[in-house]
Amino acid sequence: MNQTTLQEGWEVVIGLEIHAQLATRSKIFSGSATAYGAAPNSQANLVDLGYPGVLPVLNREAVRMAVKFGLATGSKVATRSIFARKNYFYPDLPKGYQISQYERPIVENGSLEVMLDDGSRKTIGITRAHLEEDAGKSLHEGLANASGIDLNRAGTPLLEIVSEPDMRSAKEAIAYLKKVHTLVRYLEICDGNMQEGSFRCDANVSVRRFGAPKLGTRCEIKNVNSFRYVEKAINYEVVRQIDVLESGGTIRQETRLYDSGKDETRPMRSKEEANDYRYFPDPDLLPVMIEDSFIEDVRATLPELPDEKAARFVADYGLSMYDAGVLTASRELAGYYEAVVSAAGGPAAAKLAANWVMGDFSGALNRDSVDIADAHVPASALAGLLARIQDDTISGKIAKDVFEIMWAERADADSVIEAKGLKQITDTSAIESAIDEVMAANPKQLAEYRSGKDRLFGFFVGQSMKATQGKANPAQLNELLKKKLDGA
Amino acid sequence: MSLTRKDVEGIAHLARLEITEAELPVYTDSLSKILSFVEQLGAAETGEIEPMAHPLEGESQRLRPDAVTERDQHAKFQQNAPAVAGALYVVPKVIE
Amino acid sequence: MTLHTRSVAELAAGLARKEFSAVELAQHFLSRIERSNAALNAYVTVTAERALADARAADEVRAAGRAGPLTGMPLAHKDIFCTDGVRTACGSKMLDNFVAPYDATVVERLRAAGTVMLGKTNMDEFAMGSSNETSWYGPVRNPWDLKKVPGGSSGGSAAVVAARLAPVATGTDTGGSIRQPAALVGISGIKPTYGRVSRYGMIAFASSLDQAGIMAPSAEDCALLLGTMAGFDSRDSTSVDRPVPDYVAELNAPLAGVRIGVLKEFFAHGLEGATGALVQAAIDQYRALGATIVEVSCPSLPLSVPTYYVVAPAECSSNLSRFDGVRFGHRCKDPRDLMDLYKRSRGEGFGAEVKRRIMTGTYVLSAGYYDAYYIKAQKVRSLISAEFKAAFDKVDLLIGPTSPSPAFDIGAKVDDPITMYLNDIYTIGANLAGLPAMSIPCGFDGILPVGLQLIGPHFGESRLLSAAHAYQRHTDFHRRVPAAYA
Repeated sequence: MNQTTLQEGWEVVIGLEIHAQLATRSKIFSGSATAYGAAPNSQANLVDLGYPGVLPVLNREAVRMAVKFGLATGSKVATRSIFARKNYFYPDLPKGYQISQYERPIVENGSLEVMLDDGSRKTIGITRAHLEEDAGKSLHEGLANASGIDLNRAGTPLLEIVSEPDMRSAKEAIAYLKKVHTLVRYLEICDGNMQEGSFRCDANVSVRRFGAPKLGTRCEIKNVNSFRYVEKAINYEVVRQIDVLESGGTIRQETRLYDSGKDETRPMRSKEEANDYRYFPDPDLLPVMIEDSFIEDVRATLPELPDEKAARFVADYGLSMYDAGVLTASRELAGYYEAVVSAAGGPAAAKLAANWVMGDFSGALNRDSVDIADAHVPASALAGLLARIQDDTISGKIAKDVFEIMWAERADADSVIEAKGLKQITDTSAIESAIDEVMAANPKQLAEYRSGKDRLFGFFVGQSMKATQGKANPAQLNELLKKKLDGA
Repeated sequence: MSLTRKDVEGIAHLARLEITEAELPVYTDSLSKILSFVEQLGAAETGEIEPMAHPLEGESQRLRPDAVTERDQHAKFQQNAPAVAGALYVVPKVIE
Repeated sequence: MTLHTRSVAELAAGLARKEFSAVELAQHFLSRIERSNAALNAYVTVTAERALADARAADEVRAAGRAGPLTGMPLAHKDIFCTDGVRTACGSKMLDNFVAPYDATVVERLRAAGTVMLGKTNMDEFAMGSSNETSWYGPVRNPWDLKKVPGGSSGGSAAVVAARLAPVATGTDTGGSIRQPAALVGISGIKPTYGRVSRYGMIAFASSLDQAGIMAPSAEDCALLLGTMAGFDSRDSTSVDRPVPDYVAELNAPLAGVRIGVLKEFFAHGLEGATGALVQAAIDQYRALGATIVEVSCPSLPLSVPTYYVVAPAECSSNLSRFDGVRFGHRCKDPRDLMDLYKRSRGEGFGAEVKRRIMTGTYVLSAGYYDAYYIKAQKVRSLISAEFKAAFDKVDLLIGPTSPSPAFDIGAKVDDPITMYLNDIYTIGANLAGLPAMSIPCGFDGILPVGLQLIGPHFGESRLLSAAHAYQRHTDFHRRVPAAYA
């Protein structure tokens, strides 16, 4: 199937429902810990287990975090929001209902602007964001024809962020998803860990003929746990739906599961039956009234947001919008970058610092799977290295080697340069004597050069550099070599 | 409101209640009577009145500080559990 | 010298002056339970050993000079309150094997005050019933006439107090479950304002209506216990954070000048003649005692029963979903699959009335019916609440019957849910509006007691209790004990 030709004449419509686990210490309605990876059911208390008689008490921090998200997306924060029960039976849902928000969510009508690959910008609407509790987990390994239920995750606070169906391709969806991912980490309301499920995404996908007034029937794809899989799942689903429609079929509204192993989506059996969730206001929880003072307190804690930061990087550091975007993708990276710039002497070092942070530094982080906080080369050390490049102590090429040693040995630039004797040679006589040795050792090449074979110049550069163990100042070497070869 | 047997089967399924053949007509009859009885509410003039979900209407929900106050007590809590394996609650296979 | 015919206040005084020890008092009631419980079926669990241990501890506390007003006071808890280490069955086969791993706040507070739990009392299954006939453990019998029901759902608590198998008992009231049985067995019972007493650890029936309260011979006894039970609880976010008055100190507030409204709607058709006459006589007595009696009307009140039978089942259908055979409670044998586990565990574990209400609630919340039933009922609830509020602009208390008739025969109404539901016609309004209300005995129709209901504005418990106390200072209905238990 050729995707591009198949998609001709079809418009793809995508909306995302993102579940961000809020980074609270305790659960949304109980005092149990939310730490990931604990022994089964060791973090499930009476409330999380839905024991008879117990009652939910809402975590203030979860509310604060939701408000933070609302403010950061230009949304309306509801002064009165309501928790409702979503009723259905499932073993990972201990009470037989999920406490969620239905008719009056805490956050409504916001938006985020995303940058697409061609540099254009697009605004994606955020319909709503509401607070709810996460469910537990069903485990299927090791039990014969049975499942085991771990309720540690039950009651973990979630912010469900529902977008408008504003995205028109998987690429746009990913751009939006990444934007939300960046934002929630900036706001420090979610750790964004997709492997551990703290940041999850369901995609609602439909297609329609261009110009068709009504949206096509949508399918909801669940269980996608990486940006790459979200993109692949959407692309698969788009092709599937167009294929069905072009061969005269109809799309059934259903929930589908993405299988990354087979790169396909398939209907979820447990969701085949039409659900009637019987939402109604939770009688155990009064309306949440949010006063202006609460909102203003939260507003005061808002950090500089990614877009604001990127704009400042362009203005203050003369970076391209692209570089600014890369450097502000996480608050930590941006913070690291600014620390390097400041330690390296300010805006004059900004471009060099940007290249190093995006290049060798980010490369080392990725290669060794290290967090910025644990980086083996702290910002001050990287700034020290940049200073040695700027004052010609070492060349940019040598600096790459110095960086690797700094990373491996957690050392600073000067001690590495000193210990390994990598200091650049700028002493004219030392360079000249190296050149003299090379010329004496290669009479044949010298003669050929002098008879007009100009391209042998490179040969002499290489040999002379080798003779100085690469430490000669390259500009100086070039100049002296030229003079000597030309018989001056 | 008069419910059919099929209606009652549907409700019982939604509520995950096994109802026997013999019980079905009994529930069909009593549920129909109850629904007919409560339908007198339809006559009440309620116009623009806000529905009242709670007797403390107007009060705000109190929030608790974000603090971990619980310790692991799964062994105690699982004494009531009908089937447990390795601290997991055991149920017939869950199909996703 | 009989201990059991004394009021809680009198027993507290006896303990305080060491006329008898807490152990002696507990033993006295335990032996009465042993003798009479089989016929009444009022206790489902008797915690004799624990009671004696707690009584010994209470005596030690007293000997050390640290006793409070309730130290050593025996009591019974309705089996809807979770009790750590003691089976909490809630009248249901579903929880026949359930040992609560924690104490309800009410239990915890009363225990901390030094009370001694004698046992857990029988009740309608999950508090759904008005006659105690829906209990998995069989019906409770009315101590005044064993052929009669004691009312419900706190029928066990009512019967143990009436037969003096406990000086006092806790109860819960969702639609009249404290007041109606109190009326039917001739004792006093108070349902406080919604939010006054923590619901934590009280197995939920209908969360926006449920409220814990106390059942005792007199209003003074209720006042003694209520102060300890009431108050803010951080584990129940619907509990209200405001100071608890000293109900005992405020008991003697004068009746003179108190305006009492006679609710016109409470005297409409359905009220039995003899009951109506006794209630009218009590109203006359209040007038004689100095209260100002006026007639008031809450025209939507007759709709309280249908409103309740939408709201309560809706909430219960959701509250009872947690009983799924997975983490606690009844589980069917050899489930074929998950669906079978759910359906059979719940089908077997719940009784007919509970299933009926779950299904009613499931239906009224389901797609296409939500607005017509649930939202409509919540609007009528608003209406009723507003009418009460308007009434309390004119009067301090409302007065009327608690129940349309005295206790009826066991089995008389079991097959007709609507007739059974109409028993609560006078009590449900207070639950819908979250108002405090109490029932006190106001006479006898033949050998059967009749109850008088007083309803107050939000947090008006003090006024309720003092008005009841004023009446009880001039009457002795609350002192009467069935001959077989005297």
